[in-house]
Amino acid sequence: MSSTINIPPQFEIVDRPLDTQMTISMGPQHPSTHGVLRLELVLDGEMVVKATPDIGYLHTGMEKLFEYKKYQQGIVITDRMDYLNPLGNNLAYVMAVEKLLDLEIPERAQTIRVLMCELQRIASHLVWLGTHALDIGAMSVFFYCFREREKILNLIEAASGGRLTPSYFRIGGLMMDLPSGFERRVKQFQDGFLNAVEEFHTLLTGNRIFQKRTQDVGRISAEDAIDWGLSGPCLRGSGVDLDIRRANPYTGYETYDFEVPIEHDGDVWARYLVRMREMKESHKIVAQALGRLKPGPVKADAPKVVLPDREAMKKHMDALIHHFLIVAEGFDVPAGEVYHPIEASKGELGVYVKSDGGPKPARVHFRGPSFVNLSALPHMSEGAMVADIVAIIGSLDIVLGEIDR
Amino acid sequence: MTTGAGDQGNSQGISEKISKEGSGKTLENTLPGPAATGSTQLSTPSLLLTALQRQHPDWVTGIIEAFGETTAIVPKLHIVDVCSALKTAPDAKFDFLADLCGADRGVEEEPRFEVNYHLFSTTKHHRLRLKVVLDENSVHVPTVTGVWRTANWHERETFDLFGIVFDGHPDLRRILLPEDWQGHALRKDFPLRGYEPYSLK
Repeated sequence: MSSTINIPPQFEIVDRPLDTQMTISMGPQHPSTHGVLRLELVLDGEMVVKATPDIGYLHTGMEKLFEYKKYQQGIVITDRMDYLNPLGNNLAYVMAVEKLLDLEIPERAQTIRVLMCELQRIASHLVWLGTHALDIGAMSVFFYCFREREKILNLIEAASGGRLTPSYFRIGGLMMDLPSGFERRVKQFQDGFLNAVEEFHTLLTGNRIFQKRTQDVGRISAEDAIDWGLSGPCLRGSGVDLDIRRANPYTGYETYDFEVPIEHDGDVWARYLVRMREMKESHKIVAQALGRLKPGPVKADAPKVVLPDREAMKKHMDALIHHFLIVAEGFDVPAGEVYHPIEASKGELGVYVKSDGGPKPARVHFRGPSFVNLSALPHMSEGAMVADIVAIIGSLDIVLGEIDR
Repeated sequence: MTTGAGDQGNSQGISEKISKEGSGKTLENTLPGPAATGSTQLSTPSLLLTALQRQHPDWVTGIIEAFGETTAIVPKLHIVDVCSALKTAPDAKFDFLADLCGADRGVEEEPRFEVNYHLFSTTKHHRLRLKVVLDENSVHVPTVTGVWRTANWHERETFDLFGIVFDGHPDLRRILLPEDWQGHALRKDFPLRGYEPYSLK
């Protein structure tokens, strides 16, 4: 039986004179595409004429799944979107639902949310730095980055029980309070971290090869960056002073003292410098949040929405009933729609939640920063070399789990 | 928000821009400033919308304030006009399309579909949602890729998952699902588990 494989016309092998263009497929199994991303590159020699991203290889219908799950069950789905920044995803989703429910979150829970999110931001940037340097050929940086990230994952594990999928933030507060000795462990990490950042600088910033590979590569102007919807470090690398933590503050970010790093060149190098400085700023915020931790409740006073403590369930009938109702039937959320943006490690992470008044959402949509940032790749890579594409993808800091959802 | 002469000047700015953008429509009288409406509870985006509505009554058919967010219902014929007016007006400056997503209200509902545009201003830091509602038998809406290039992938995703056709889109193909996929996965009548196992054709 003869097999019939339809080769798309652009990939058919034809005799062409040497000076014509050639289309090649980069990915979806290419190590530098950070997952399963395929790029269709039209090349003229080694020059990129056109780069077209082809996504969807990791599409798992998460937004559809939300509509079949109760609100509190949706939290575990968010972990699996941007799996390098799961606490950020948790936060965006629970805050959107809390906005619909009009819940008041206790002070301690807010502070812990900031603390954990900034630790997660550092962890996410560390993976970016390690893989970005690895793509460009600097292999040792990867090990230094993952050494530090391991410490953060241990902290997240201590707080939530999960390393990659913590689901630590719940609608109305946190899953549980921090374990004893957590502050001491965070301080231990904090003490060594600034030295580690200096190590990264020693390895990369003064490295001539790294500079040559990143400077003046993948340039995008401020106007184009806004037009393409770039956000986060990619936007700030083009000189736009925009951070959602400052522009539309949430969980009390307006009371923290930190700088928003800006670079003006708009190239891979600028985005690198922005993220390197952001890690230090997050380190500063973590220190401030640690200083603010005061004993108090970590769950909102909303018995119909927030699961009761185990102790209360053993003593009070109503706590047991509420627990049963929340788990078995969920809770009704007032009809309406909200869009809640946060500054995730990669940019603006917006969650659109539409409720029809029942215990399951009518529609949940995630505006993933990676999705939008990747859509600007064709614009950035015009006229670049093939090797530059690898540097540009690295500088965008994409996670395919969030792009394909 | 600020009050007084500054707003007056700005609102003249918005009307000039709107008259320029508004497909040949000319402006006869300048609007009073947003502050002149007398209400201090309304947010800046809703004041901008009220001014826009007074200018072009058929551009905005409804303004909803809920959960601290402002939503404007816009007829699909005018969505491009409204977007470009809001993008360029000096006191609106919605230069950033944060998100664009579709929603299915339910198989029985009429109109069944909606497209939500989440606008953001990188300088004023305010947000606004525009909503276009669509009948099931006419799921066409003009593209806004001419206003913000970032709309390109968002519209492709909405087309892929809801089957909403964006007229004038430069490259309207499926983006997440394979090209030969049947149906639109996020419609309410599309089952979670699918009709049958998927195979490449």
